Amino acid sequence: MKSFVKANRNLLPALPLAIVFLVAFLLPLVVLVYLSLFRTPQFTEMGPDQYVRFVSDSFSIQVLADTLLLGAEVAMLSLLLAFPLGLVYVAGGAALRSVIMFLILMPLLTSSVVRTFAWIVILGREGIVNSVMLAFGLWGAPARMLYTWNGLVVALTQIQLPLMALPVINSLLKVDPNLLKAAEGLGAGRIRAFFTVILPLTLPGALAGWLLVFAAATAAFITQTLVGGGRIILMPSLIYQQAMGAQEWPFSAALSLIFTAAVICVVATIGAVARRRMRGLDAA
Amino acid sequence: MANASAHALAITGVDHFFGQMQALAGISLAVAPGELVALLGPSGCGKTTLLQIIAGFIRPTRGEVTLGGARIDHVPANRRRIGMVFQNYALFPHLSVFENVAYGLRARRAADAVIRTKVAEMLALVKMTDLAERYPGALSGGQQQRVALARAMAIEPAVVLLDEPFSALDKNLRLDMQIEIKSLFKGAGITSIMVTHDQEEALSMADRIAVMNDGRIEQIDTPNALYDRPTSLFVNRFIGHSNFLRGTMVSADRVRLDAGVELPLSSSRRFRPDAPVIVAVRPENCALAEATQDGVPATIRVTLPLGPSEVIEAVTPSGEHLKIHRPRSPTTPVLEPGAAVCIRFADPTGVGVFSRPNATLPVTTGDIL
Repeated sequence: MKSFVKANRNLLPALPLAIVFLVAFLLPLVVLVYLSLFRTPQFTEMGPDQYVRFVSDSFSIQVLADTLLLGAEVAMLSLLLAFPLGLVYVAGGAALRSVIMFLILMPLLTSSVVRTFAWIVILGREGIVNSVMLAFGLWGAPARMLYTWNGLVVALTQIQLPLMALPVINSLLKVDPNLLKAAEGLGAGRIRAFFTVILPLTLPGALAGWLLVFAAATAAFITQTLVGGGRIILMPSLIYQQAMGAQEWPFSAALSLIFTAAVICVVATIGAVARRRMRGLDAA
Repeated sequence: MANASAHALAITGVDHFFGQMQALAGISLAVAPGELVALLGPSGCGKTTLLQIIAGFIRPTRGEVTLGGARIDHVPANRRRIGMVFQNYALFPHLSVFENVAYGLRARRAADAVIRTKVAEMLALVKMTDLAERYPGALSGGQQQRVALARAMAIEPAVVLLDEPFSALDKNLRLDMQIEIKSLFKGAGITSIMVTHDQEEALSMADRIAVMNDGRIEQIDTPNALYDRPTSLFVNRFIGHSNFLRGTMVSADRVRLDAGVELPLSSSRRFRPDAPVIVAVRPENCALAEATQDGVPATIRVTLPLGPSEVIEAVTPSGEHLKIHRPRSPTTPVLEPGAAVCIRFADPTGVGVFSRPNATLPVTTGDIL
């Protein structure tokens, strides 16, 4: 024991965090697994009934699929928006860069509840978009955007964009400007140079951003609930309903574990596929 | 031997400004087909800006660049057929050696069979055939340079530009690559321009050297002519090593040195009598003579024996330090510090005279060994 302590002395500073993780994360997870193995909410008998219930319940499976799809759509849209933003940032001078960086970071400094309410104001029936379109006579009647799938995707994209923009900008900054000159000198136009040089070299940053936004968007309970309203049921709100509304603690525990496992599966699969395409990057 | 793809490159009256700062002033330079010209100068002299203008990454504020007689200063870089080897090689880290070399051919939409043949030919030329599947991160500096060279030459460029090509290589490898690139370029008759701040590199590689200073070309000449007959004090100081002595013109072809002697000059210079001048003489052009003889009187300060030769530092009565580089043999007498000697200039045609705008003497620069 003594020699074990001695050998791992340099890990000692990590001990407080390890204890926090143990108490606040690992322990509840174990409790969750334990709860999910009861057959009924009365906690009398144990068995895999809750998992069987999920697999045989097409509604729950649909909710899980919708949630993963939502995460993927938000991550894709963020990626499409972050690249042009990153290119402008990298090409810009110091003043432009600090303005862009401020705009990217500002949303992170406000609560996601506040940002979500802002989207309700923007998308609502009497909201900014509808008022403007009606005032200019572009729309005949107010369009329904709040409580719709697309409205939710747009709002989540804005809220999660910093998670994508920061790693993308970071990897764009690391691309040697001489590589672009080399591509140009060899006869490549700008579009070709972007797809053959910039894009492959920023893949690690884009991947990191994609996975962060994906995970954050699937779990964004507040935004999903407020912008999606009661009309769009997603995993976080389903788990909340089952636990707090229906008092179905074992089922909601099983749902939580299945949801977590599904997100980890997507993250691991996409990470593995992308890493195979990034050969040579780590050696550089 | 010039080949079909070799073109003459001409730069005429190029000025370039970065904002208010003038980086290039009145640059004119003509490069013959198959010629290797070096742009040599201290950092900030504008040589890299000039290279970027030729490559097409910078558009000059004024002036013309022509290639094979056609103006190219408004042609975008990707349509110029100019190959460039970057200082850090700028190989694409995510592409194999093969794909790096193939990049320019793919950008030109060459057929796969053509690409395979051309890349194989280029890799054979730079002796990198066996490493075609490697990634740049797994190559040594010399190997990376070969790939960069093969990549630049695969597009059959009219001109190859080399930006500080040897600065990232260690000294032994540098010489090997210099020999290899020079023989490759001479064999294929490739027109090329090389930027360097290293005079040895320029002297050994180039057919002609353009010495640049403060945005201007001071002198363009062959390496030997630059060394033997520098036309400005800057070039004299920058190329090789020189001793500098203060003096005053007596007549059009005689100068009186502050050190106390009057010297005849080999040809009449453009100076009026009484003009203050600086006399420059190479260390190997200095010979020691008996103290009684006619010459510059000096006192030995230190002797550095170097085997087959020796370097002696002496100081004149007027306080100028002179280095003398001379052959040594077992019978050469050893000179002790403090000995009074007399320095004569073996070849009077190798003595340079430059105007002296103020009383200060330039600091001697360069590595004598």
